[in-house]
Amino acid sequence: MREKRSFREWLATGKVNRRLVMVTFMFVPLLLLIVFTYLPFGKMIQFSFYDMAYLGDREFVGLDNYIEVFTRDDCFQALKLSVYYMIGAFIQLGLALFFASILSTKMKGAGIFKGLLFFPYLVCGIAVGFIFKFFYTRGFVLDTVLQWIGFNLDNLPYWLRDTSINNISLAATSIWRYMGQNMVLFIGAIMSVDSSMYEAAAIDGASGFQKFRYVTFPSIKTIIVLNLILSITGSLSVFEPPYVTTGGDFGTGTYFVIMNELAHESQKVGLASAMAIVLLVIILIATGLQKLFFWYFFGEGEKEAYRVIRKRKKRAAKEAALAAQKGGTA
Amino acid sequence: MSTAKLKKVIITVIKYLVLLLASFIAVLPLVSCVITAFKTPEEYASTSVMDLPNSWLYFDNFIQAWKQANMGLAFRNSFIILVCVLIGAVLIGSMLAYVLSRFKFFGNGLIRNLFLFASLLPGIAMQVSVYQIMYTLGWINSLPGYIVLMCGTDVISIYIFIQFFENISTSLDEAAIMDGCTYFGVFFRILLPLLKPAIITVMILKGVGVYNEYYMANLYLQDKNSLVTVATSLFKFTGPLGNQYNYICAGVIITMIPALIIFILCQKQIYGGLAQGAVKG
Repeated sequence: MREKRSFREWLATGKVNRRLVMVTFMFVPLLLLIVFTYLPFGKMIQFSFYDMAYLGDREFVGLDNYIEVFTRDDCFQALKLSVYYMIGAFIQLGLALFFASILSTKMKGAGIFKGLLFFPYLVCGIAVGFIFKFFYTRGFVLDTVLQWIGFNLDNLPYWLRDTSINNISLAATSIWRYMGQNMVLFIGAIMSVDSSMYEAAAIDGASGFQKFRYVTFPSIKTIIVLNLILSITGSLSVFEPPYVTTGGDFGTGTYFVIMNELAHESQKVGLASAMAIVLLVIILIATGLQKLFFWYFFGEGEKEAYRVIRKRKKRAAKEAALAAQKGGTA
Repeated sequence: MSTAKLKKVIITVIKYLVLLLASFIAVLPLVSCVITAFKTPEEYASTSVMDLPNSWLYFDNFIQAWKQANMGLAFRNSFIILVCVLIGAVLIGSMLAYVLSRFKFFGNGLIRNLFLFASLLPGIAMQVSVYQIMYTLGWINSLPGYIVLMCGTDVISIYIFIQFFENISTSLDEAAIMDGCTYFGVFFRILLPLLKPAIITVMILKGVGVYNEYYMANLYLQDKNSLVTVATSLFKFTGPLGNQYNYICAGVIITMIPALIIFILCQKQIYGGLAQGAVKG
């Protein structure tokens, strides 16, 4: 006869307990994911077809918002601005790689230099904004230092107002803030290269640059490409430097600054949503290109990953088949 | 001295010169802030920005900045947010990673992909419609609401946990189950303590993000009298105080001090955490 079990014991039995753990552990994260990511995502798509504010009536306008995104001067201008930040990102990665390769050799004081170059990353974005507002103000820090080395104040531009240079000034603040972080990543990658490879290269008579070109670089190219892609999507979504330092004035409003203004100040929620969707599509295309790029040029790493996934799938299929057999016989 | 040796010396000298220059550029904006923060208003008005202050013991600017930006409250709020979000994010992330890495079930891959896709959605852009949801929930100007939003799903931490779980042998779980431990017991008594390095990594990455978060704090904690955070407190200085850089610099430095202390104490963990986060980033 079957023993009667208490509710507690029933809960502790294998299958029930397994289900219970799955449901309770996944409930909160999935709820958060749905409420704060996919629900807003769906709403954003919906909003982008309406002329609406957060409150009040809304009117269906079809594709008008999207057409406006591409015809409005400020939106399109803002997209062009991201080129400045993209070039900045390339320079930043180059510098990071350069300093990483210097600092990963044995030298005195490497830790201190690393710390000094990295620390700006930990300063909060709005503080960075204020620091550089101060830094670039006429006659202040930058101008003073430039005068030390012989520049005449009258020949210096207004760093934040002159439209021919202010976006470069702002992109430079991004480099200042993120270069050290990239550098730390690269140092980590370089340090993990097998040191016997350098010894072998040294025996073969490789110069310092050749060692970098043929030993270091191939070992860390994955992380370089990854950071390159990240910085491209990052430069499309620059927000804090212009928002705090110039407030988007003097032609420095990046895409997000304009979008933020439209959504929360002009309350053109529909148009802002359309802008967000357009950006998302661009980012998805960039990510897709990245995958292709990886696949063509850096095949091994990714292919191996695919192989592992395939193996796992096969194993899972086998197990499923086994389970089905068991189910059939039971 | 042989030419090879000379060459080596020259290269070393150049290396250090380049590094010194770079460090100078990295530190200059911060140092100029420190200098200005110690100047009296008269001194600030009359001297050049890079002239050193008369006294390094003039703390009036810091006191003023602290009072004007209501930084006592800001630090309290940021501390509450940080503690709650870190506990929440670690629990949520590790529990989800446990289920996703240990159980095979229909939809496992789908859930992973849903999180992965979510990470592609640009954060600030999403706030256009998240704002509407927060509004409907009545969570604008609510500290708990903001905390729940910030706990939300962060793919990088989930991936760090999953990676870590995959390096812990499942035989450990199985043995515990054999001994009559429930799955809850396995997670809380056996696996969670083993996750410590991953937890530290996630806390550092998430902690830096949450402490520095400006946009969302500004958007959802609009009542700047009671719900100010360290990051948003500085915004006080944009209005009529916009030109008093002696106060602004003092405020900026106050917000940097916690970051500086943590950086000096946990340099190794921060570097390591970044590297781990980047692999999956």
